[in-house]
Amino acid sequence: MSLTALLVDGLTVRFGSFRALDDLSLAIDYGEVRAIIGPNGAGKTTLLDVISGITRPKQGRVLFDGAIDLTGLSEAAIARAGLRRKFQKPSVFEGLSVRQHIAIGADVGFRARLDAPALEDRIGEVLETVGLVDQSHRLAGELSHGQKQWLEIGMVLASDPKVLMLDEPVAGLTDEETERTAALVRALKRPDRAIVVVEHDMDFVERIADRVTVLHEGRTLFEGSMAHVRADAAVVEVYLGR
Amino acid sequence: MNRFGRITHTAPIVHLIALIVLAALLMAGLAGTEFALSRYLANAIGQLAAFAVLAISLDLIWGYLGILSLGHGLFFALGGYLMAMYLLKHSFEITGTVPDFLQFMGWKEFPFYWDGFEFFPYALAAAVVITTLISGLFGYVSFRSRVGGVYFAIITQALVYVAMLLMFRNDTGFGGNNGMTGFTVLFGWPMGTSGMITALAVASLLVLAGVLAGCNWLVRSRFGALMLATRDDETRLRTMGYETLRLKLIVWCLSALIAMLAGMLYVPQVGIINPRVLSPELSLEIAVWVAIGGRGHLVGAVIGALLVNAVKFWLSFAAPEIWPFILSGLIVLVVLVFPNGLMDLAKFKLVRPMGAKRLAADMGEARP
Repeated sequence: MSLTALLVDGLTVRFGSFRALDDLSLAIDYGEVRAIIGPNGAGKTTLLDVISGITRPKQGRVLFDGAIDLTGLSEAAIARAGLRRKFQKPSVFEGLSVRQHIAIGADVGFRARLDAPALEDRIGEVLETVGLVDQSHRLAGELSHGQKQWLEIGMVLASDPKVLMLDEPVAGLTDEETERTAALVRALKRPDRAIVVVEHDMDFVERIADRVTVLHEGRTLFEGSMAHVRADAAVVEVYLGR
Repeated sequence: MNRFGRITHTAPIVHLIALIVLAALLMAGLAGTEFALSRYLANAIGQLAAFAVLAISLDLIWGYLGILSLGHGLFFALGGYLMAMYLLKHSFEITGTVPDFLQFMGWKEFPFYWDGFEFFPYALAAAVVITTLISGLFGYVSFRSRVGGVYFAIITQALVYVAMLLMFRNDTGFGGNNGMTGFTVLFGWPMGTSGMITALAVASLLVLAGVLAGCNWLVRSRFGALMLATRDDETRLRTMGYETLRLKLIVWCLSALIAMLAGMLYVPQVGIINPRVLSPELSLEIAVWVAIGGRGHLVGAVIGALLVNAVKFWLSFAAPEIWPFILSGLIVLVVLVFPNGLMDLAKFKLVRPMGAKRLAADMGEARP
């Protein structure tokens, strides 16, 4: 049906004697929203760390677009290839304004490449999408937790990424903010974009995900729709049925 | 508002630059008249301007990029030593006086690596190339290995210490523990005259104004925004496609070059350079100037350097033994009460009401 955006192939990451990822393989397609869930220490964030180049795997590779092996590339090269990630802890630049964040996300390079009107349009569009138009001149350090989460989503979105990775986008958000974030994630879905979401909030996952991958001790425990996940005995055992 | 739409308060720095240029013009205009400053005061102003340039160099890398160097005295000394080499070689050419340290070593002529130093453009080019090479190599190795924070600060401190030990050796041909002194001629003019003292002070003030204007332009550009982004969250910026290694290297080398420039201005005014410039204490003191003035503010760095050094100049007559206590007291005060230095004091009066209003607005927003 659709093309594979990310192919994770036999990935192993060890921290000392602890296997954070243990011969993990999975495929994420363009056009889908994939949720990755699992108990603490299952390897969810480690997987995103390997894909974004922060952690080097001991074994295995990650193929992007079926051709580019990401495991040898720098974080910056991976980002420029079209993969962007929002971190678990909202990571924004406290000393920069909201607009500056979007400008940095939209146009990579020490000097601006987009001309001023094109950049303005892009900034306006992204701020509209993440609902921060009113905040555009404020410093990121002054924003609320929820606004920082959206700012970070906006900043990674500004480059129009092919693969968008969101690590716990609704952690610490109010119900209303979670609702808005779910709508936002659904709106970002496109045939030429893969969205990977790591999240603990099961109701949120149910609302956004096309497919769910359950990780446990660095391996895939289950893959399928959220309804099937809830029905699977093994998953209930390790995770849901606590 | 600049292109990024950030509201920029340019006024204080523009005022400061204007003030410095005005002071330089006044000094130049009044030279030789009865209103001219005393030689001592003119010389002190020139030295303070050189220190202010040095403070800006550290603020650029520490305040705007978050990289603390406790070894900036190295680049300051590099500029100073290479300037001294020019001065000695040039003075020797004109007056035929053999420098003390050569006589002391029993050498008949300058070592071969002094060739060409009588020519100022050559000395300047050598200073730029050597500073860029040393800072570039050191920065590349450190930043590539992702050494940062206190580890980087400690390594820079070790580097300046190693350089000091090296320069204390008498057989290197750079003056050894006595250093270099006895500069008599600069650009063909005799040194030590009122005119020369004023000219050097005016030049230092103009360089200070130029460096301030250049750095102000840089930190307000897109590149400057990326510097702040690197300071605030480097991993975040890297995972957005930016090679922060290159960015850090560029700013680090630029900072080293500005420190070098400060050293070149300083040495002809103080009339001597010796390895004590490379002592870790001086490098630490630069960080203190910036911390007291307020890091991340160019105006703060200048004010910090001027204030601390003015007090030091005065105390070195009045009560030299209490200077270390005053300095330590200032550090404690800054760390405990004013983490952003004197800039906190400014905010107290000017921004507080706005901040309070904003706080109230936030609380209003948060309420359902």
